[in-house]
Amino acid sequence: MVMEIVCPAGTPAALRAAVTAGAHTVYCGFADETNARNFPGLNFDRAEMREGIKFAHAHGTKILIAINTFPRAGDEALWHRAIADAEGCGADAVILADIGLLDYGARTHPGLRRHLSVQAAAANADMLNFYADAFGVKRVVLPRVLSVPEIAAINAETEVETEVFVFGGLCVMAEGRCSLSSYATGLSPNMNGVCSPASHVEYQNERGVLNARLGGYTIHRAQKDEPAPYPTLCKGCFTTGDKTGHLFEDPVSLNAEQLIPHLQKAGVTALKIEGRQRSRSYVAQVVRNFRAAVDALEAGKPMPEGMLARLSEGQTMTTGAYKKTWR
Amino acid sequence: MELTIGPNQFFWSADRWTSFYDEMAQMPVDRVVLGEAVCSKRLPFFQDRIPGAIETLLAAGKEVALTSLALVTLKRERKQTAELAEMGVEVEVNDLTALAHLPGGAAFSVGPLVNVYNEGTLSWLASRGARRICLPPELPLASVATISKSAADLGVAIEVWGHGRLPLAISGRCYHARLHKRTKDNCQFACEDDPDGLEVRTLEDQPFLAMNGVQTLSDSYACAAHQIDELADASVSALRLSPQSKGFAEICRLYRQLLNGDQDADRVVAAIRHIDANIRLSDGFLIGARGVDWSGNPAHI
Repeated sequence: MVMEIVCPAGTPAALRAAVTAGAHTVYCGFADETNARNFPGLNFDRAEMREGIKFAHAHGTKILIAINTFPRAGDEALWHRAIADAEGCGADAVILADIGLLDYGARTHPGLRRHLSVQAAAANADMLNFYADAFGVKRVVLPRVLSVPEIAAINAETEVETEVFVFGGLCVMAEGRCSLSSYATGLSPNMNGVCSPASHVEYQNERGVLNARLGGYTIHRAQKDEPAPYPTLCKGCFTTGDKTGHLFEDPVSLNAEQLIPHLQKAGVTALKIEGRQRSRSYVAQVVRNFRAAVDALEAGKPMPEGMLARLSEGQTMTTGAYKKTWR
Repeated sequence: MELTIGPNQFFWSADRWTSFYDEMAQMPVDRVVLGEAVCSKRLPFFQDRIPGAIETLLAAGKEVALTSLALVTLKRERKQTAELAEMGVEVEVNDLTALAHLPGGAAFSVGPLVNVYNEGTLSWLASRGARRICLPPELPLASVATISKSAADLGVAIEVWGHGRLPLAISGRCYHARLHKRTKDNCQFACEDDPDGLEVRTLEDQPFLAMNGVQTLSDSYACAAHQIDELADASVSALRLSPQSKGFAEICRLYRQLLNGDQDADRVVAAIRHIDANIRLSDGFLIGARGVDWSGNPAHI
């Protein structure tokens, strides 16, 4: 079976672009803190979601709704409503991370398919099977800490479908288990759906050197003519002892396109593209490329090469944890 | 309010580890969680010391629990996790893999590295047999209070991160190994020289984080000394103290005095700073705008 391409859409326009470009599946979120890309001007209100799903279904594309932050104590109703509305809008599945929310979904909306978000960081077959048994989870998005052979081993021990990230932003830490951002800025992926938020970024030009600060911490310096990457905490530049550098990860982004055949052999069902904050033209281009890749693979043709390099905005690409030496 | 000593987060030699728990047996604390939460490669170095330490602590009247790893990926780690339940003490689940391996109906506790952010998660865990939950350090006081109130109705004890460097992230990658241009599989135990983690500073030389193998911690030491009344009002059952290499026995005694009302928060804070003059404190996750913030006096002593 052809591998499923799962694409991001942060706006109705991006959703239509992804569908038109040949995405098998599109994931999106409601415009509030229930999803992990809670950025200003992004995401869908209820009417837009209904329209988007109608459009997608008319083209044979599935829609997944990410409700993958961890509900705030005392305010769970907001997240519960999101699940009810996802079902009401006709979503094909919801992507959840919080145990309480998974339990709620399984009990009150049993007919709505549940996927486990990468934010739950389920990193072994025991966990996948556990989520399947306890909450009827049908698919798990694997955290970006696993090598391809480890993914194959997981698939050999579970009936649950697996989905893996193949392109876009790269979390270096186990997702959903990181509070670096709230430590420095007060806002976190788990609670607020944001990481290293733009509201806390400052750039300062000092004698031709551009300092990038996040929450008051200078974590990147660029000389004139050097690229100035966005100051994401885990990809910042730090000092320890006499060493200065990107101690956690370089400012790289993930590109596993060349690993697609290996991921297929490893039993992966779906390939996920990061980037609900991306423009519709970016989304369309990435979708077309990945669709071409899986179609080529299905037809037994060679993989198209290096097709996505120019989309990485001058950033270096990595295959991340998929290759064991990354660790 | 009770005091719990959390599992040591760092890589200490087996002898240091053993003498630490010998000393902890004499401390005015109620509960000790031991074992390895951070890196499975460290465990063989002190694994055979665990039964002895458990025995010593139990004999001293402490409640004892054994932590699971925080991130379980390898076959060997799954096996280690499955074997935890056979050690005869309560398991502190710090990755749900451990829960998957517990025999049905077994009582367990939940550690700070499991995401318990709300009442729904609390009540599901309670229904599975959780009898105590140490909340994620990231939670603000308002959430702690809401969860703690529900927990009281469910008979679950709530614990809050009271002291020590904050576990901010866990990764598949070992940063200590990376620093030495090695991979995790060939790390040569680069983390063993940093008994409290390796200081990570920003480009303007601000202290910021601490590196501990696959784990990233805060540079600052969390200190909930100024929030004891609010935590007590919220029916929080216990405060967790996380081991550090310097003066930890004194830390335990100070918090005991604080909880007993024998010392006020300012004096306790001054005494903590006396142990290590360079220590930076934070309580921002509980009450500040950012985790790193500190509500107390910035000047030391």
